[in-house]
Amino acid sequence: MNETIVSYLGETLGYSFNWAGTLAIFFIASLVLASIMALIGGLGTYAERKISADIQMRYGPNRVGPYGILQFLADGVKMLLKEDCIPRDSDRFIFKLSPMLCLVGVLASLAVLPTSSGFILANLNVGIFYLLGATSVVGVGIFLGGYSSNSKWAMLGGMRGAAQIISYEVPVTLTILSIVLIAGGLSMNTLVGGQGAFPNDWYIFHNPFSFIGFFVYFIGSLAETNRAPFDIPEAESELVSGYHTEFSGMRFAFFALSEYIEVFVLCAIAAALFLGGYNIPFGLQEHGLLGQLLQLAVFFTKSFFLYYVVIWIRWTLPRMRVDHLMILCWKYLTPIALLNLVGTAVWMYCFDGKSFYMILKQLFVASGQ
Amino acid sequence: MDVYLPIFLLIFIALLIIFGALILSYLIRPSNPSLIKQTAYECGELPVGTAWANFNVRFYVVALVFIIFDVESALMFPVVAVYKRFLQLGSGGAVLLSLLVFIGVLIQGVIYCWRKGDLDWIKSYRTSSDVRAKGLK
Repeated sequence: MNETIVSYLGETLGYSFNWAGTLAIFFIASLVLASIMALIGGLGTYAERKISADIQMRYGPNRVGPYGILQFLADGVKMLLKEDCIPRDSDRFIFKLSPMLCLVGVLASLAVLPTSSGFILANLNVGIFYLLGATSVVGVGIFLGGYSSNSKWAMLGGMRGAAQIISYEVPVTLTILSIVLIAGGLSMNTLVGGQGAFPNDWYIFHNPFSFIGFFVYFIGSLAETNRAPFDIPEAESELVSGYHTEFSGMRFAFFALSEYIEVFVLCAIAAALFLGGYNIPFGLQEHGLLGQLLQLAVFFTKSFFLYYVVIWIRWTLPRMRVDHLMILCWKYLTPIALLNLVGTAVWMYCFDGKSFYMILKQLFVASGQ
Repeated sequence: MDVYLPIFLLIFIALLIIFGALILSYLIRPSNPSLIKQTAYECGELPVGTAWANFNVRFYVVALVFIIFDVESALMFPVVAVYKRFLQLGSGGAVLLSLLVFIGVLIQGVIYCWRKGDLDWIKSYRTSSDVRAKGLK
C-alpha cells in the first residue's frame, strides 16, 4: 500500500527521490489537483445552469463557445473586472479573511481525496478524520462572512448557515463512523480498499444499516454544502443572497468556487465510502499506468454521477423551512445515524464482519450440499 | 513527516490562487467608491442601526448540543477504528460492550434534549415535561 504519490512513483520507476524531488513532485501534483478542482468548480457552475435549463425546458448559456461551455471563463473575467465594494461599517479584516478561509479549507481537504490507488496525494492514517476537520473550516468562513458584513441579511444568513452546518455535521460524522467500523481503519486507502469492483462488495450493500447510512450521509452532505433543498443560508427569495450579500467581485467568486468544489469533494467521498471508490474488476489495477487511469475514470464517473444527482435535487425540490430543517436533523437523521452505528457494530459482531451478500452465498452453498 | 507535506502545499497553493486573483483584480478593476455604494444593502433604504444586535438564543442552544455530540463522536473515532482488529483477535465483545454503553449515554442525551424541547426550533413550553407534569397542557 502506497503512503503518498511520491512513494508510488518511486516504486513504479524504481528510483528513490531526495527531499528536493519529493517537494517538486508534491508541488506539481498538488498544483495539478488544485487546478483540476478549480476547473471542476467552474464547470460545475456551467453544469448547474445547463441542467437547470434542461429541467425547466430552457436553453441555458449557449453564446460563449460551443454550447456555451466557456461561460464560466466569461464569468470569471467579469468578476475580475468588478469593483471591490466593502461596506463602510463592516469589520474589514474578517470581511477579507472569510472567503479565503472557505477556499483554503476546501483545497486543503483535497489532500486525502482517493482518486486512485497510486495517485492519492497523501494517504494519511487519519484520512477521513482530517477530511471532516478540513471541510469544517468552510462553516467558519461562512459564519464570519455573514457576521463581518454588518448587514442584517448577511447576519441572518451567516447565523442560519452556522446552525445548519454544525447540526448536520453530527449525522454525517456518525454515519462515517459506522463505515469506519466496517472497514477497520481511518485512512482512505483502507476505506476504499476494503470494497470490491462490483456492487455486491460495496459498503452500501454491506448490511441494511449502511444502506440507510448512505442516504443519511447524502442528505447531511447536501445540507453541509448549503445546497437546495437546504439552502436557507443563502435563500434568495427571503434573505437577498444570505451570507454573501455584501461580497462582490473576486471575493464572491471565492465563495462560489469553494461551494462547488466542496460539493464535488463530498460527492467523491460518498462514492469512495459507499459506492466502491476507485476499485476496478478483473485485476486490471495491476497493469501499471493503464490500471491507474482506469481507476481514475471509474472514480470520477461515480463522483460526477452523484454531482448530477445533487444538481437534479436542487432543481426538483422546494426549499425547506428553517424549523423543519432542524427537526429533520435532530429528530430524524441523528437518531437514525446513532441506531445505524449500533446496528453496524452488532452486525459486525454477530456475523463476523461478513457482508449480506457473503452470508447469502454461504447459505446457498450450504443448502446445495 | 513528509506525508503531511501536501496539506501545507495545498494551503500554499490556495493562498497563491487567492492573492494572485486579488492582485490581478486590483490592477484592472475600477475603483470609485462613494458613500452610498459602501452602505450595507437593506433593500434600497438607509440601514437603521447595526446588524450586530442580539440574536435568537436558539442558535446558542443548537451550538451547545452540537458541541456535546461532536466531542463524543470524536471520542468514538479511535474505538471504532480498532474494532475490526479486536474482532479478528477474538476480543471484540469488550469493545462492542463499551461502544454500546457509550452510545447508550449519547442516546439518553438525545432523549433528554428531545423531552426538554431543545430540539424544536421554536421552543414550545407545552412540550416541556415540567409543564406537562403540572397538568397545564
